[in-house]
Amino acid sequence: MKHRADLAFRVLAMATLVVALVTLGALIIDVMADGAHRLSWQFLTSLASRRPEDAGIYHALAGSIWVIVLTGLLALPLGVASAIYLEEYGTASRLARFIEINISNLAAVPSIIYGLLGLGLFVRTMNMGRSVLAGACTLALLALPVVILSTREALRTVPKSIREASYALGATKWQTIWYQVLPMAFPGILTGLILSLSRAIGETAPLITIGALTYIPFAPDSVWSPFTVLPIQIFNWVSRPQAAFKENAAAGILVLMGLLLAMNAAAVFLRDRFQRQGRS
Amino acid sequence: MQPRRFERLIEFLLLAAAALSVFTTAGIILVLAVETIEFLREVSIVEFLTGTEWTPLFANRHFGVLPLVAGTLLVSGIAMLVALPMGLLAAVYLSEYAPDGVRRLVKPVLEVLAGVPTVVYGYFALMFVTPLLQRVFPQMSGFNALSPGIVMGIMILPLVSSLSEDAMRAVPSGLREGAYALGATRMQTALQVVVPAAFSGITAAFILAVSRAVGETMIVAIAAGQQPRLTANPFVPLETMTAYIVQVSLGDTPQGTLEYRTIFAVGMLLFLMTFGLNLVSTWLRERFREEYS
Repeated sequence: MKHRADLAFRVLAMATLVVALVTLGALIIDVMADGAHRLSWQFLTSLASRRPEDAGIYHALAGSIWVIVLTGLLALPLGVASAIYLEEYGTASRLARFIEINISNLAAVPSIIYGLLGLGLFVRTMNMGRSVLAGACTLALLALPVVILSTREALRTVPKSIREASYALGATKWQTIWYQVLPMAFPGILTGLILSLSRAIGETAPLITIGALTYIPFAPDSVWSPFTVLPIQIFNWVSRPQAAFKENAAAGILVLMGLLLAMNAAAVFLRDRFQRQGRS
Repeated sequence: MQPRRFERLIEFLLLAAAALSVFTTAGIILVLAVETIEFLREVSIVEFLTGTEWTPLFANRHFGVLPLVAGTLLVSGIAMLVALPMGLLAAVYLSEYAPDGVRRLVKPVLEVLAGVPTVVYGYFALMFVTPLLQRVFPQMSGFNALSPGIVMGIMILPLVSSLSEDAMRAVPSGLREGAYALGATRMQTALQVVVPAAFSGITAAFILAVSRAVGETMIVAIAAGQQPRLTANPFVPLETMTAYIVQVSLGDTPQGTLEYRTIFAVGMLLFLMTFGLNLVSTWLRERFREEYS
């Protein structure tokens, strides 16, 4: 009897995992069935249009790439610098502890709140307007906690002996970090950055809040351009009543998921290379 | 420059970067507070917090935030009914039962579930789950709380299971071995020894999950509707706090108007709710870490 309950429990727990798996499968099949036939070169290279069959994703794809590259350029130096401070300099100080608690709390702040911060700070107070730059600044703040966390993990994998050898040769602390620790940790840092950017590229709410436009018939050509991004274009199409636009939304989702998949594959590739290096 | 002064300068610059996070928190609070205070000059805080009608965009304006709060709590509640039991079961299975092969297969799937953009879940809720549920509940409206709630629960499940699993794995194996030695089955050990021992860690995971659900935006903006409504009926359209912020942001509301300020006031309330939950969660996790170290 005791063991029958045990078996029943195990079956129930496995059923839970099966439900999660089936949901993921249903999601992918549903989106494929709705949108795969809309995917074409024409869809990737056309601009937004009022006629669903002419509409494409080019402007949104370009907007997403602009925003995400700029986000990475902002988040990488800031995130790495913060992580170096917390991991190598301020390890025991109260200030560092306070900053740490702060970062872990920031990581759990809803993304839409970052949008309100971006609207108040970047768009209005700093007068960036509804530009690519304002969007990237907002997303960089959003991505920072994750970049910091993954950078710290990468820094921790560098063996202590490397640092000690460097000190023994007369290097200063910064020389040790710059010439020894960072190069060794770099692939790990890059992996973390790509993963956090792959989260940021799917973010919709903060960019809607800062006022990224939902209908924009051109691609950005500078950091001051108004812009839209893939998830916002998808949201815009889902919100329209015509069925044909919903098919466009599904096709847009496939493009977005493809982009995510490519970024994650790059991260996994980097991680694997890194691990092989570490072992030899 | 002298090497020593250069070193000092570097350390200062690094500290400045790290301090940016503190400025971010301060910035959030400041931006929200400034507009909220302006808002509260025109609308009394009593009306805002206890009013039962939310119609700031209509001619006859009312600023009672309760319908938005109720909508948020209803959808989050449904999400928790899905995410908490399923997440905990998955965690118990992964931590106490699953052979390594199964874990290696399941964990990436859970990671993918957690990494799907929320706008995609919104599409899935509106275009797949709602029509499916309408077959079971024909009275259900096209926009409702049930479908986004369930989908949100699935989205949050990986968070609950991975944090709970971490908590359970941190329980010393001596406790498990003691239970086995007394003749307990695996299930008895898992449910009566490991889960209670990991209780504060699991609670921390649950609270963080609630915070995630309360702040989740796109699923509800797409699939729950835009009608503030004080109701516990999961079949009718309603609006959450986050969906309201999106709705106003999509329109072209001029800066400085009362409508514009409402999104900051609602944002402030949302921030305080999630921040409070996060603090409790952090505190519980810290306490748990102390217990077994």
